[in-house]
Amino acid sequence: MSQSVLKLTDVRKNFGPANIIQGVNLDIVEGERHAVIGPNGAGKSTLFNLISGLLRPSSGEITLRGKTISGLKPFHINRMGLSRSFQVSNIFENMSVRENVRCGLLWSMGDRYSFWRNIGQMKEAQRKTAQILEQFGLLDRADEIASALPYADQRALEIAMTVAGGADVILLDEPTAGMSNTETTRAIAQIRAVSEGKTLMIVEHDMGVVFDLSDRISVLVYGEIIATGTPEEIRSDPKVREAYLGEEADFLELTA
Amino acid sequence: MSSRYNLGPTRARKFATRVLPLIALAIALVLIPALGPSRSMYSLMNLVGINIVFALSYNMLLGQTGQLSFGHAVYFGLGGYGAIHAMNWIETAAIDGGFWAAYPVFGVPVIGFAIGVLAGGVIGWPSCRRAGIPFAMISLGVAELIASAGFILVSIFGGEEGVSGDRMNGFPLFGLNLGAISQVYWFIAFWTFVGVAAMFAFTRTPLGRMAQAVRDNAGRVQFVGYDPQHIRYLVFILSGGFAGMAGGMSAVNFEIFTPDSLSLVPSGLVLLMAYIGGARYFAGPILGAALLTYAQSNLSDFAEAWLLYLGLLFITVVLFAPGGLAGIILSVFNGLTRPGARARLVQWAGQLVAGLLAMVGGVIIIEVAVRITKGYGEVYAPFGVAFGPDSALTWICAGAMLCLGLSGLRWFALRGEAQ
Repeated sequence: MSQSVLKLTDVRKNFGPANIIQGVNLDIVEGERHAVIGPNGAGKSTLFNLISGLLRPSSGEITLRGKTISGLKPFHINRMGLSRSFQVSNIFENMSVRENVRCGLLWSMGDRYSFWRNIGQMKEAQRKTAQILEQFGLLDRADEIASALPYADQRALEIAMTVAGGADVILLDEPTAGMSNTETTRAIAQIRAVSEGKTLMIVEHDMGVVFDLSDRISVLVYGEIIATGTPEEIRSDPKVREAYLGEEADFLELTA
Repeated sequence: MSSRYNLGPTRARKFATRVLPLIALAIALVLIPALGPSRSMYSLMNLVGINIVFALSYNMLLGQTGQLSFGHAVYFGLGGYGAIHAMNWIETAAIDGGFWAAYPVFGVPVIGFAIGVLAGGVIGWPSCRRAGIPFAMISLGVAELIASAGFILVSIFGGEEGVSGDRMNGFPLFGLNLGAISQVYWFIAFWTFVGVAAMFAFTRTPLGRMAQAVRDNAGRVQFVGYDPQHIRYLVFILSGGFAGMAGGMSAVNFEIFTPDSLSLVPSGLVLLMAYIGGARYFAGPILGAALLTYAQSNLSDFAEAWLLYLGLLFITVVLFAPGGLAGIILSVFNGLTRPGARARLVQWAGQLVAGLLAMVGGVIIIEVAVRITKGYGEVYAPFGVAFGPDSALTWICAGAMLCLGLSGLRWFALRGEAQ
């Protein structure tokens, strides 16, 4: 088994009396594509918020390559090579598509808070921005204002900004939510391409996507991971079948 | 590298939108004295230059980083006090010698800048820990604190009569002894250009761009590796520096600084300049500073209610033209160049006529009312047309114009929505 990259040890989060995450243990290994599935309200987004530093765990520890990241600020975690996207598009709306992506990679270019360099002269940043835009099919819309983009392109931009900084651990929160089938297919192909050689953690509702894309799957129900394993193991796990009644259980049935 | 990868505006467009406006500004600044302005014109232009730098520095916070400050005059004032003390040290050093003997008065805006940076660094440290409304409240508190300190710490701020200085001392840089107002003009023009160019260049740097990202979506900024709080703090320091520089320009221009310059009044005025001019655009505060400075020095002479007019203008801009003057100019320009210009032109002309009608009606009511409250029986008679306060015709006419104008605006607004 490869090396562990992201490790959650007995992570708990409660908001007042509501225990949203109740002792999650998770080990994400180098280079895997790991999906987190679970019914609505299971705590998937909260789990991402805990890992990425938006929320601080009530207890437990999260480590990234052996270094504790629980309790660090989001930008510290991002600088350590973990980048996330959001379920609801979270972009710089008044900036152009190109500038959005450039903001995503600016820190990694090393000029950081510089107020003496002309950003237009940073050729390497320009080149990388163009490369990312091309990967996401946004090159032709580079100069459009981000808020004017069609929904699916805003979702693509969201992911483009997430991966632009070159982070090698990428968390995507429902990247295909609200997309049509064609758009989903295109988005998954892009995700597959940009996560090549990186570690990917993804929350996704589309079971077709989940079972097709991921190396391993974790099932989160009421703030607890009830099973982790390969797609085959998850499909045949009785606990998972029990948790997934109705439509999605049928899907597990059909693809079995 | 393929041409597909050449992103961003073309070289020609960059020149036209970034370099050309600055060249035009420089040429205008150089040509203005050739038109032979009067003394009062010179003093107005000097004040406009100071306010342009001040308003632009304010807009680094408001328009570019999304930070609403109610106490920006603190940095203007502290920079100005630093500059006026420096002028006095230069005067003393002319006899006693020392470092200040070699320092030209022309360069005191640099002192103002340094003091502004220092003040921004100290005051911004606690206040930039918060954004939005808490930041605005803290800025208000700090402004009150410093303004009252201005009256208490007499040796620094000179008490109520302030600290005065003499600009005609020391070594005359560029051969300017800064005696005549036309010489002060060159000093103001130079620093106005430096301020405008530097603050424009700032928008094109990594920090300047990330400041705009913080304005748009501070929450996301922390997920691309940047600390929004640190960005706000750095911009705050620089903004304080440029405000201090404007203070230094003012110190040389007026040769006096009083504690009033630290108060909430100039802090409010600079907010109005930036907002009325258009905080979303770099050039907005320049327009706002020019308009408000002109209005303050001219309108205030013949309209006692000018602050009321200023307030009404501000409310109108906030409600109906949040892009300010720059936004209006830009949308008129875009509206004329895009197809369907004729219909749009008719719409705007109608709105303009209705707006002017409402304005004339409103002005008559306000002016007559002001004269009634004064109680001297003075009659408002613009262009020889008398509006007697006792005549029913005055009130009917003005009221009708106001109502007609407002209904016209409403009608055109509905018509515009329907189209």
